[in-house]
Amino acid sequence: MRELRTVVCVKVVPKPEAVRVDPGTRLLDRSNARAEINPPDMNALETALALKELHSGRVDIVSMGPPYFEPYLRVGLAMGADHIYLLSDRAFAGADTLATTYTLAQGIRKIGAFDLVLCGEESSDGATGQVPPGLAEWLQVAQLTLLSEVEVDLASNTARGRRQLKGGYEILEVPLPCVVSVKTACNEPRFMDYGIKSWAFAEGRVTVWNAADLQADPECIGLAGSPTIVSELAEAPFRERRRQFLQGTPEETARQLVDLLKEKLSA
Amino acid sequence: MVASLYGVQEERKAIWVYLEQEGGTLENVSLELLSKGREMADQMKWQLVGLLLGRGVVELAETITAHGADEVWLADHLLLDCFTIDAYARVVFQALMDGKPSVFLLPATPNSRDLAGRLAVRLRTGLNADCTDLHMNPEGELMVSEVSGFGGGVLALIEMRHHRPQMATVRPGVFSPGEADASRKGKLIRLPVDLTADMIRTRIVERALGRGVDLTRAPVLIAGGRGVEGDFKLLQELADALGGEIGATRPPVDEGHIERERQIGQTGVVCSPKVAICCGISGAFHFVVGIAKAGTVIAINTDPAAPLFDYADYCIVGDVHQIIPALIAALQQSQERSRA
Repeated sequence: MRELRTVVCVKVVPKPEAVRVDPGTRLLDRSNARAEINPPDMNALETALALKELHSGRVDIVSMGPPYFEPYLRVGLAMGADHIYLLSDRAFAGADTLATTYTLAQGIRKIGAFDLVLCGEESSDGATGQVPPGLAEWLQVAQLTLLSEVEVDLASNTARGRRQLKGGYEILEVPLPCVVSVKTACNEPRFMDYGIKSWAFAEGRVTVWNAADLQADPECIGLAGSPTIVSELAEAPFRERRRQFLQGTPEETARQLVDLLKEKLSA
Repeated sequence: MVASLYGVQEERKAIWVYLEQEGGTLENVSLELLSKGREMADQMKWQLVGLLLGRGVVELAETITAHGADEVWLADHLLLDCFTIDAYARVVFQALMDGKPSVFLLPATPNSRDLAGRLAVRLRTGLNADCTDLHMNPEGELMVSEVSGFGGGVLALIEMRHHRPQMATVRPGVFSPGEADASRKGKLIRLPVDLTADMIRTRIVERALGRGVDLTRAPVLIAGGRGVEGDFKLLQELADALGGEIGATRPPVDEGHIERERQIGQTGVVCSPKVAICCGISGAFHFVVGIAKAGTVIAINTDPAAPLFDYADYCIVGDVHQIIPALIAALQQSQERSRA
């Protein structure tokens, strides 16, 4: 019987509270930033592992980034994934969505035939959610996005899922292979399996591929392959609020609030 | 660098807006984009074109013209009745290759994001997603997109010099919809549509649409966090008294106390009410982003050191379960007094 072959796209992101912009260089100062697997990607990984339990098969993780991503990605192996492919090359740096999706698609093709490519809804540091449809276009396959539930039927060679719409939902079905993104928080990612943790962090299989390994067109990767240019970068101005504390009993506070609300809502 | 399918030399000086509609009704965000597009087009003395896909939606053309479009490009077809990525991407792609606009704006909604992501790759162009502002730089006739990252902590200005169209998506509520002007004249252009069922890989098994809530347009937002302890009934009572809507941080949504479409913040809704009353919310940055555009922020929390107080105009250290009932009572009293 056929087994399910899944590739999960994972990004390692700095924890958001740890990011600052260096006012001198206008570059992101990540020196204090601790990293983690992008939380929405953990939901994709959980979906992949749950589907593997149902259908057997394998779950490969693909990620584009610098070598320091590796230990963070190994968490995925400790959760039950089979192999990590880290696409890492200085030439990949500075990639926008077009170059990123191209590079990931090259990596996925090199891993081999797949049924599902699973992605998180968006990355917590870029938050654009454009990678899944872009990947589907490069790979020339169907897509299902923002699913809260995913099912696969290997007999009919289809994936089916529930997608939340404004005030309702739709259930969609597409042929395999396809790209699927899952809704953030649609499941509870499992903890690392302590039985395999030491394997995952020592012998667990990690393959690093560079641009040449991917036979990537140098014109399509990194900064060179990115049509968009960041012309300015700054710490977002945060609107100063009054920060005025209201005092008194709940009733006194309530009366002050009523006056405030009248003033603000009539304006 | 690989060139886009059409470039700066072939572009037409026009701003195109993709108009999302559902069941024959234009989404508000479509009007918001038309309004911003009109402003940019006026500045550049360019044309504004609204691109509309659907089935039996020709009567929307009038509204689109009234909201500023010089031309409405319409693709009306049986197979465009419900959004499917294959059909919509094909038709929009053909329209773009025909019209070759310099700028193409889309809403950052689930369907239009899918469309934008696919089209940018198909056109080999760049895409600025979830822009928080847009403007035209007359020098070089470039669009400058402002995007925020890291939960709103970092702002970037992005432009694209050599690839076309200059694509951007914008979330609902970022721009205001502007007034309709029924005296405006516009041109309707019907597009030929070559679609057959076998081009569409998606099968819609089931579809149920309700009346969605639109928190982006609520004048008052009553948001609850962990400190509300699941009692959103109380918040709904206050919202009813003020003509507002209730919203929440992520934990109450995850715990099932309130629908996900009412989640406020980076992965939820960004709203701009006149007043936001935040109840029992500690103030994680991911949430704060969602109320940054509120006119006035009132925060109620038992913890005087709650980070949210730094982002509030009026701060109340107290228990939501005491303050809110007192506020509802005081509002009723004040209404009775004004009636008497």
